[in-house]
Amino acid sequence: MEAKKQFSIGLFFKKMVKQQVFIPLAALLILALFNLIMDPSFFKITLGYNSVGDPVLSGYLMTILDYGSELAILAIGMTLVTAASGGQDISVGATIAIGGSVILRVLCGRNSRPDELQAPIIVAFLVACVVCMLFGAFNGALVAYFKIQPMVATLILFTAGRSIAAWINNNELPIVSDPSFAVFGGFIPGIPIPTPFFIALACVIVIALILRFTNLGLYTQAVGINESSSRLNGLNPQFIKFLTFVILGLFVAVASLIKVSRLSSINYSVIAKDIEMDAILAVALGGNALGGGKFNMWASILGAYVIQFLTTTLYKFNVQSDALPAYKAIVVIMLVVSSAPVVRERTAYYWKKLTSKKQEVA
Amino acid sequence: MGKSKQANDMPKKNLLSRLSGMSDTNLLLTITIVVFFVMYIGAIVFQGKGFLKPQAFFNILNANAALIIASCGMSLVMITGGIDISVGGVAALVSMCCAVYLDYHDGNVLGAVLIALAIGLAFGIVQGYLVAYLGIQPFIVTLAGMFFARGMTTIVNTNPFNVANPAFVALKETRVVVPGMGSYNKAGNYVNAYVEIGVVVAIIVVIAMFCILRWTKQGRYFYAVGGNAQSALMLGINVKMTRFLSHLGCGLLAGVGGFAYFLHVGSGSASHASGMEMNAIASSIIGGTMLTGGVGNIIGTFFGVLSLSTIQNIVSSAGLDQAWWTGITIAAMLCLFLVVQSIIMARKDKSKK
Repeated sequence: MEAKKQFSIGLFFKKMVKQQVFIPLAALLILALFNLIMDPSFFKITLGYNSVGDPVLSGYLMTILDYGSELAILAIGMTLVTAASGGQDISVGATIAIGGSVILRVLCGRNSRPDELQAPIIVAFLVACVVCMLFGAFNGALVAYFKIQPMVATLILFTAGRSIAAWINNNELPIVSDPSFAVFGGFIPGIPIPTPFFIALACVIVIALILRFTNLGLYTQAVGINESSSRLNGLNPQFIKFLTFVILGLFVAVASLIKVSRLSSINYSVIAKDIEMDAILAVALGGNALGGGKFNMWASILGAYVIQFLTTTLYKFNVQSDALPAYKAIVVIMLVVSSAPVVRERTAYYWKKLTSKKQEVA
Repeated sequence: MGKSKQANDMPKKNLLSRLSGMSDTNLLLTITIVVFFVMYIGAIVFQGKGFLKPQAFFNILNANAALIIASCGMSLVMITGGIDISVGGVAALVSMCCAVYLDYHDGNVLGAVLIALAIGLAFGIVQGYLVAYLGIQPFIVTLAGMFFARGMTTIVNTNPFNVANPAFVALKETRVVVPGMGSYNKAGNYVNAYVEIGVVVAIIVVIAMFCILRWTKQGRYFYAVGGNAQSALMLGINVKMTRFLSHLGCGLLAGVGGFAYFLHVGSGSASHASGMEMNAIASSIIGGTMLTGGVGNIIGTFFGVLSLSTIQNIVSSAGLDQAWWTGITIAAMLCLFLVVQSIIMARKDKSKK
């Protein structure tokens, strides 16, 4: 009995480790500790005023909250796609370019530098939603009905997307001068917390409600775990796969609104570059199996903010933006290697050996 | 198995069923070659005499030697049932490393070749180990490989620059004259038709890969593993080793392709070979390599590259010279061939039942 009590802390720890949220939390903790040791000023948040005179919070943590939000929005959709299809959508960056281009096209009309908006922002956003969902449907149709591997199917848009985005605006670079458009990627007047965070919050609430009150979560997991048996149980796996891609399209449209709002303009070849890597990384860091099946949405969303934490930390140490992928790639490889079944079995085996020896000694 | 299927299909007697009586490899290869010739003839008819000159054809080869080499590696991996999207990144890394070595460290050309091979081999070994022995999805591993290579390229050197090393420039300017294919220019002078060194390497690679895949034991193993890993294992084939070797081969060919690319452009830049992985996958698919593995032919891949670049040439000479048209055309073509493959697979599944 006494021995059991001694082990209770260990047991508690073991239980913690088994929780899926543990992985992103541990990563967050390591990053936070690293920053604390290297330079505590990382955590400083200052209240300042922007050029218009509204109160604005600034600091590295605010940057993470700001830029991590669009990643979190994408991670929601990417988690669903991963769970249902066992693959990832690598065209999200290109689709963001398309969505952003559509928004600007609708807002600016024929003139690339209008003095006032040609259409209400909500109309532009809705059009972008429809377009992005159509492209999502295209991906989804290829994956679900033509049975092409998700990553190869989305490779098509990955290459063509930015070209299509440029084509929508005749390769011009429209600029929206209306300050009300910049709200979505900046600050709501009077509120010092960046707007993208609120948009992400809204998306999280929506998806939480959907997962709570519909069977979407259950169905996607069922399809991801075993497609044929879910079909025998009366589900339509093809339609569910298709649906997850369309849902991802919707979230991509939201992310593209934030992205173009930040600049009030667009650069087709640079906007949301490499964001697909970050989104996949967020899903992987959330401890979700990249081969499909069970998923934990909260871990993915937390994972997205951890990725942004990593990016911001790297930026702080003067790593060039073009060199960032190299470091992130190492993190991805470390993550997938540690979650590979072969490695897990082997470590479990050695761990068992180690602990059993300890017991013998005692 | 092929015979029994043929017997099943024979009574229908229509063209499609007779075509699907052919093995998948031959059917897809036939489609590819027909598409290429139709396209090239179409180009000659509608775009004028420019395409009629042999040099026009050789220029396509010159510009795409690196792509041909990389696509061969890609086909190898895809036949084994995997995929490698790091080839573009590796090519960029190779050209940057070679450029830095040649210009900043007074290196010689042989050393540069060795560097190229070493980088390709290193990527092949690491990715192959992760995919084959740790069982991680090839797409994730090579996606990470691609980002790593692109990032490393910037870390090695940020600014693009042209290589001025005299020995290298001499090699770059070397022209291999193709006898009997020259033409008279407007002034009436005879101009020899030529290809660059890279094309010679590419042709050697294509022939070597074709022979390996067709006539060696290991070559047949690649098909067996890609077709059905389970039964390959039961036949006593070392599946893990075969997968490892396929990635190794692809990495090595990406290194060679990277050097060929470097030889063609003669500069180092982080944005080099962007989209090469996409073009290589597209060429392989157009060339009749199945994504599901087990089906494919290097000759088809070769024609896949040619088809792809011919359509690019048609697009650009039709006046749609803006960069975005190329991306859209390739994507549309890839989409078309993917759908064709998927339909063929669906038909095959049906005839099995």
